[in-house]
Amino acid sequence: MNIYHDYQRYIDTTFYVLVVIIPLFVAVAYTTWLERKVIGAMQVRIGPRTVGFHGLLQPWADMFKLIFKEIIIPEKANKVLFVIAPVITLVSAVAAWAVIPFDAKLVLSELNAGLLYVLAATSVGVYGVIIAGWASNSKYALLGAMRSAAQIVAYEIAMGFALVGVLMAAGSMNLGEIVTAQKGAYGFLNWYWLPLLPLFVVYFISGVAETNRAPFDVAEGESEIVAGFHVEYSGMTFAVFFLAEYANMILISALASIMFLGGWLSPLDGWLSQEILAIPVIGWLLGSGMHWFLIKILFFIFLYLWFRATFPRYRYDQIMRLGWKVFIPITLVWIVVVGGLVLGKVSPWWGA
Amino acid sequence: MQGLARFFKSLFLFELMKGLSITGKHLFARKFTLHYPDEKAPISPRFRGLHALRRYPNGEERCIACKLCEVVCPALAITIESEQREDGTRRTTRYDIDLTKCIFCGFCEESCPVDSIVETGIYEYHGEVRGDLYMTKEKLLAIGDKYEKDIAAARAEDSPYR
Repeated sequence: MNIYHDYQRYIDTTFYVLVVIIPLFVAVAYTTWLERKVIGAMQVRIGPRTVGFHGLLQPWADMFKLIFKEIIIPEKANKVLFVIAPVITLVSAVAAWAVIPFDAKLVLSELNAGLLYVLAATSVGVYGVIIAGWASNSKYALLGAMRSAAQIVAYEIAMGFALVGVLMAAGSMNLGEIVTAQKGAYGFLNWYWLPLLPLFVVYFISGVAETNRAPFDVAEGESEIVAGFHVEYSGMTFAVFFLAEYANMILISALASIMFLGGWLSPLDGWLSQEILAIPVIGWLLGSGMHWFLIKILFFIFLYLWFRATFPRYRYDQIMRLGWKVFIPITLVWIVVVGGLVLGKVSPWWGA
Repeated sequence: MQGLARFFKSLFLFELMKGLSITGKHLFARKFTLHYPDEKAPISPRFRGLHALRRYPNGEERCIACKLCEVVCPALAITIESEQREDGTRRTTRYDIDLTKCIFCGFCEESCPVDSIVETGIYEYHGEVRGDLYMTKEKLLAIGDKYEKDIAAARAEDSPYR
């Protein structure tokens, strides 16, 4: 093994990772901007407009404010864990992006157990929340962490079962192969959202619960426990939690579009003739590609914001009831149905 | 039967969809936001803002130190002292309004028999040091002199309804 080649590999890997992560962080910044604009519009306001054109520089202003703020570590806190906790949440949110395919050949790591890896990586995030709540040595933080832990455990199961359905349908855990399995002659009707509709709904709602977003944001619950697990965090440590939350939102959106809405596939895929696809710009726009993937992610992000602007927060016992007594039975029943559909080779999804 | 209907209604998230449709409509509704420092809302001629003491056109101050405003003031924000001037008329030697006490009810303006103390349409002012918001007779007269045209115009506009 040549040392030079080893270094070369590290440099290459770092470069590819940055190519994914830097746009991700920019996307996070503009998700906050979009959130303020969309929620503002739904409340008949207009949101940020002063910093930059239509407030486009607002996220950067917010970021610099947070960077320059003092990081306060409570005296009785466990200092090491207090600082590590936000890092854990962020790392788990970012790590999962390694296996997300942006296009047919555009993926950092073509992992055959991609789905398992994503589940494992995102599950680590809850440790960050629990450790943050415990290390802060504050009763509100601890309560928030406990709520968050119980909630994520409950919804992880429903989410896992929903993914089992996808797994059975596609016959693969490789995210790229899951997308290609949804390719067919009927465009968007070939995608799994149709045969797996209940799982799709359950998956996305569980995803909202997993990321602790409204209406499942009892972990923050500002009306009763101030800010939940991150009460004691300030400045950059808080910003890291914030970043992780939004990165997780984007991740759940990306996974939902990969598994149920055919990832980078065009909704007209299979209907368009070769001649139309050969037209320079229009053909590229209508054909499959990364832009469709991004549009689908944007659609789910919009749903997140729409939910936040619409729904009041669930009561805690209602969250638990929904997770255990509604979602898990629905997913279990539909897994059986999916099994039947796959065995019966129901077209157009499993024909031929 | 009713229970079954309710079960399916909640299973298919009927109420939630209704909520989403309402917020969805508001997304495209006309926005009410006023870009405040750039745009300003129109104010009524009866607007009760910063106080002022007015003068007659010949330069004589209107206030005759009847102290009705001091009596009517519910916040006890007005302090008046008076004495006889050399020409025999009664005038104030001190006319103070503590704006930190004032509740801008407008009773002083209504009680004034000579339209001397008025509340103008000015609402953008501030104090930088302690005492800046303690208005003395000189300050109030200065405001009155400076904005007499606006004050008179607002009073003229509102006069048919008084």
